[in-house]
Amino acid sequence: MNNKRPVNLDLTKFSFPLPALTSIVHRITGVVLFVGMVFLLYALDLSLSGEEGFNAVKECMESFIAKFIIWGVVSALLFHMVAGTKHLLMDVGIGETLEGGVLGAKLTIAISLVLIVMAGIWLW
Amino acid sequence: MVASVTSLGRNGLYDWMMQRVTAIVLAAYSLFILGYLVCSPTVTYEQWSGLFAGTSMRIFSLLALLSLGAHAWVGLWTISTDYMKGTGVRFIFQSICGLVMFAYIVWGVQVIWGL
Repeated sequence: MNNKRPVNLDLTKFSFPLPALTSIVHRITGVVLFVGMVFLLYALDLSLSGEEGFNAVKECMESFIAKFIIWGVVSALLFHMVAGTKHLLMDVGIGETLEGGVLGAKLTIAISLVLIVMAGIWLW
Repeated sequence: MVASVTSLGRNGLYDWMMQRVTAIVLAAYSLFILGYLVCSPTVTYEQWSGLFAGTSMRIFSLLALLSLGAHAWVGLWTISTDYMKGTGVRFIFQSICGLVMFAYIVWGVQVIWGL
């Protein structure tokens, strides 16, 4: 190995291609979902605990903070699911070329953005 | 073939397959729940608890819960082996993830069965 080869590990100076960005966001949304699961499980637990708990969840969902948290988790879920679907398509050989990869990343962003906006409209 | 002691199935191909199979289960469950909530904005407690009391829904929910555990383990394991170079840090991170996942599964089982 030639140790004099230039090394640039300054991530802020990297030029990330679009598929790299969707890939890292796929990872970030995965972590967000893992953490966000505590809110979803808590809400499910409370909503199934009885009439009182169910109404408490309904009432809580009227608040901005609760809507914002749920919108965040649902947005992460939607992006993660769209990006994951793209992965499964690539696994069966669809869009494996360089052009296909970039197009797939663009479609992932476009479709999830539309779904995230729709989720926001649904919640508010 | 290199086997890792901390990966779910101790080999990459098994993990790869588990991640994809569980992904389909999780997508199906997420779409079902989201679809249900979108289609019934005026859902009552009787309808909601009735939905989760059915055996088929309990099977579906438990399947999704166990899939979540396996799917998140493979994903977080991949992230930890990519970004955490120190064995100690990685081990602590993976231990916390494993503990949280175990807690989710136990808590989730209680919720699904109304215990």
